[in-house]
Amino acid sequence: MKKELSHIPQNHILVPKHEKLTDKDKKSILDKYNITFEQLPRILKTDAAITHLDVKASDVIKITRTNKTAYETIFYRRVIE
Amino acid sequence: MNEQIPVHKIVNSISFGLISPKLVKKLSNVKIVTPELYDREGYPVDGGLMDIRLGVIDPGLKCKTCGSKIKECLGHFGYIELARPVVHVNFVKVILDILRGTCRGCGKLLSESEDLAIDFDEDVDFQEARKETKGKISDLRKITKCPHCKAKQYKVALDKPTNFVENEKRISPIEVRMRLEKISDEDVSAFGINAAVARPEWMILTLLLIPPVTIRPSITLQSGERSEDDLTHKLGDIVRINQRLFENINAGAPEIIIEDLWDLLQYHITTFFDNALPQIPPARHRSGQPLKTLSERIKSKEGRIRHNLAGKRTNFSARTVISPDSMLDLNEVGIPKEVAMKLTIPERVTEWNKDYLKEFVKKGPKAYPGSNYVIRPDGRKKKITSETQEQILEELQPGYLVERHLMDGDISIFNRQPSLHRMSMMAHKIKVLPGMTFRLSPAVCAPYNADFDGDEMNLHIPQTEEARAEAEILMMVQTQVISPRYGLSIIGCNMDAISGNYILTRYEEYSRKDAVQLLTEVGHRDFSRIPKKDVISGKEVFSMLLPNDFDFEGKTRTGSPVIIKKGILKEGYMDKSNLGEGQGLMLRNLHKKYGSDKNIEILGKIFRLGIKVLLRHGLTAPIGNTDLPKDVRGEVDLTLSKAQEESYQLISDYHKGVLDAFPGRSVEETLELKILELLNKSRNDVGNLVMKHADKHQHLPIMVDSGAKGSSISMTQMVACVGQQALRGKRIERGYKNRTLSSFKPGDLGPQARGFVENSFKSGLKPHEFFYMAMTGRDSLMDTALRTPKSGYLYRRLANALQDLKVEYDQTVRDASNNVVQFLYGGDGIDVSKSENGYIDVKKVVERETGGKK
Repeated sequence: MKKELSHIPQNHILVPKHEKLTDKDKKSILDKYNITFEQLPRILKTDAAITHLDVKASDVIKITRTNKTAYETIFYRRVIE
Repeated sequence: MNEQIPVHKIVNSISFGLISPKLVKKLSNVKIVTPELYDREGYPVDGGLMDIRLGVIDPGLKCKTCGSKIKECLGHFGYIELARPVVHVNFVKVILDILRGTCRGCGKLLSESEDLAIDFDEDVDFQEARKETKGKISDLRKITKCPHCKAKQYKVALDKPTNFVENEKRISPIEVRMRLEKISDEDVSAFGINAAVARPEWMILTLLLIPPVTIRPSITLQSGERSEDDLTHKLGDIVRINQRLFENINAGAPEIIIEDLWDLLQYHITTFFDNALPQIPPARHRSGQPLKTLSERIKSKEGRIRHNLAGKRTNFSARTVISPDSMLDLNEVGIPKEVAMKLTIPERVTEWNKDYLKEFVKKGPKAYPGSNYVIRPDGRKKKITSETQEQILEELQPGYLVERHLMDGDISIFNRQPSLHRMSMMAHKIKVLPGMTFRLSPAVCAPYNADFDGDEMNLHIPQTEEARAEAEILMMVQTQVISPRYGLSIIGCNMDAISGNYILTRYEEYSRKDAVQLLTEVGHRDFSRIPKKDVISGKEVFSMLLPNDFDFEGKTRTGSPVIIKKGILKEGYMDKSNLGEGQGLMLRNLHKKYGSDKNIEILGKIFRLGIKVLLRHGLTAPIGNTDLPKDVRGEVDLTLSKAQEESYQLISDYHKGVLDAFPGRSVEETLELKILELLNKSRNDVGNLVMKHADKHQHLPIMVDSGAKGSSISMTQMVACVGQQALRGKRIERGYKNRTLSSFKPGDLGPQARGFVENSFKSGLKPHEFFYMAMTGRDSLMDTALRTPKSGYLYRRLANALQDLKVEYDQTVRDASNNVVQFLYGGDGIDVSKSENGYIDVKKVVERETGGKK
C-alpha cells in the first residue's frame, strides 16, 4: 500500500542529502562513537526523504545537513519499520 | 533494645499487580468488626478502627503487633469482610472491557482464531503488545454469538460510575465476579493483564484492606477532645453499613432493603477511594466540606506527589521585596538588619577564634552582630537568652558551634522565580543595610529578569564551608557574566548608566579636580594615568577605568568607529552597542582578557561612573524636548495632509472603479494595502524629519541615541504623529455596521475613519483617536495576558524534556540512557559560553598564539 509521491523530495533544495551506509561504514560508525546500533537516532522506513534508497530496517542512513552556524553537519540514523 | 542494622539492597525490578483477597489476609493483623473507635474510658476498642494492633499514634505507647514505639512502628494493616462484594471504582473501565470481550456463558475470549494472548514470561515490551491488541479487543464487543459455546451475547453498558447493565438489567457485582472468575489466565493476558499478579476478579472487592492508623492519625484538640482523620470517618461509615448489611441478610430482610444497603456500601467504598468523581455527590463533613479520601491525598497540586515529594521547603532562607541601589557592587546584595539577625552562619569554636566568637554570644540575639544559638559537640542546640547567656559563655570551648548573625561579606544565594536559567540563582556577598527590602545593583536585573514594580526575591544562606566554597567558586555573579546562550556579557549597563557614559564620552569636559572627584566617587583610586592637563575630556575620564593594555575596535549604534588603544578611548563614544546587556564584544573582550573578577570590578565602576555623571549633569525629559522649529512643524503638517489627500484620491479611484488590483488580490484588498503603505510611509517620513531636526544635546534625543530608553518611533509619537492603529494587521474596521464609530458616515474608508491617529501625544488626541488607541491597547493587553502563561508552559515542557541531555567527552550529546541525540554538540562542537556570540574568531586565536607574527 505504498503511496506514490507526485514529486521527488530529494531534488528539493531544502531536503538534506540522505545516503545509505555500507555495512563496513556502519560498523566503523558504531565503533567510532562506541555505541550499539540501538543507540542511534531513528528514522522511519517510510520517511519521504529515503524512499528512493531502497532501505530495510537495520540500515543506517547518513544525512548531511547544512546550516548557518555549523556549515555542514553529519547525522546518522537507523531505519525502523 | 537491640541495635538496628542498616540493610543495603539494590532494587532489581518492581512488579505492579492487584491485591488478592488472600494477600489482604496475609498483610493484615486485625479483622475490623465494629464501627466504634473508643470505649467509655477512651481506650481503643478491640476490632475497632483504632485498634492498637494497627500501629501506635500516641507517644509513650508500644505497638501491640511489633512492639516498637511511635515513629519506629510504621503501622499495620487490618481488613473488613464485606457482606456483599463491591466494585472498585478505579477499575470499572477495565472490567467493562473484559466483560465485553468475553463470553457471558463460558468465559472464553470472543475471538475465533486469532491469538491475542501476551506471554508475560517472555521479555516483551507489553506496553507495545497491549497497544496492538487493544483495537482488536474493542472490536470483540460487536460479536453477538460466542464462537466457542454458541451462547448469545448481549451488549454490556456502564451505568456510571459503578453499575454494569446488560439487556437493561443490572448485573450485580456477584454476577460480575463470577464471570470474571471463569476467564482463563491466557484469555486475561489478551487484555494486557498478567494474571499471575492480577486476576480480574480481584477488581471486585470481597475484603477491604484497612490502612494503618499511622496514615490517618487522630488529633487531640486543646479541649482534650479527639478529632479523627477523614479516612477514619469514611472507614467508620463503611464498617457501619457493612455491619447493618450483615444483620439484614442474616435476619432474612426483603431483597429491596438489602439492595439499598448494598448500594450504600458501594457508595461509601467508592468515595473512600475517590471522593471527587463527577457522577457521585462527594461525601461531606457535618460542616459541609468534602472529605479528603485516598485519591485526593495523592492527586493534584496539594497532593502528596507535587506538594510533599516534588515540593521542598528550606530553612535559612528569606524573601522580601527588592529595590535598586546603584552604589552596590554587582556581586553584592543589601539585606535588612532584621533579616541579618534572623539568618545565621554556624562557626566552629577553636582555640584561636574563641574570644572572637565569645563576643557574638555576649551580644546575644537582640543586638547586632550577635548570635541566636549555640550547638554543643553532642549535637544539642541551645538558644541564647538572657538567662542562658552566662552559662553558655562559661562552657563555650573548642568543638562548639556558634550560630552568629550574618555580616558583610558572607556568601548568600540570591534567586528570582521563574528560575529559567542558571543565572536565575547567583551567589552574592551580603551587605547589611538599613531599610526593609533586599537591595541589588540595577545591572544584575537582566539575568534575574527583575524590575522594581513589586518583585520579590529569595535569599539562601549556605550552612557549611563546602557549600560556601562551592557557591563562591561556581555561582558568584562574576562567574555568570557570560551567557551560555549566546556567549556575550549578559550583565552590562542599562538606562542611566548608558546615557551617563554616552554624555561623558561624547560631550563632557571636567576640570582636573572634578575628574578626580568623579573617579573617587565610583571607587577608583589609581590616578597615575590622568593626563597632566587642566581640562580633562570625558573620554579621558572614562579611559581611566580601562586597563592600560586594553585594545578594542568596534562600532557605535550608528556605525561610526570606536577605537580603544592601550586602555585609552581614542575615537568614538560609548553607547548601548558597547556597554549594553548582551550586546557587542567590548565587555566580552574585557572578560576574556582580564578574567571574571577584574571584569566585574571594571563593569561596576563604568556603571557607577554613568550614574555619577548624570547626577552632575542632570537628565530629564522636559516638555520642551518635544517642540519642533516652526518650519519643521509646517513640513510635518504638510507631509501628513498630503498623505491623507493621496489616500482620498485612492479611495475616489476605487469608487470610480479605476483602481487596478494587485495580482492575486481583490480591489478592496489592494486599496487597503495601498492606503496602509501610504500612511506608514508618511509616518516614517515624519519620524525622519523629527529625528533629523532634534537637537542632539537635548535630553530626550540623548536617551534615544544612546539606546538607554525610547526609540525614534516613540519620539515621533510624542512630537509629531502617533500613526496608524492596527488590529490583526489591518486598519481598524470593526465597531458599527460599515464604520468604526457612529461619528463617521457608513462606508467611509478615509484615514481618520479607519484608525489613523494624526495627532501627537503632546498635541492631544481627538476622541475617536483616543478610542482607536484604547482598542489596540486592549488587544495587546489581552495578547500578553494570554501569551505569557502559554509560552511559559511551553518552555517548561521543553526544559523538562531536555534536562538530562549532556555532552560526553567525545562531543556527542547523549540522553540518560546513552542514546545519541547529536553527533557533534550543536553541529559545530562549540561551547557557546567560551565563544564570542557563538563564533570562534580563528584569526584572533592564531594571532594570540603566534604573538602577532605572520
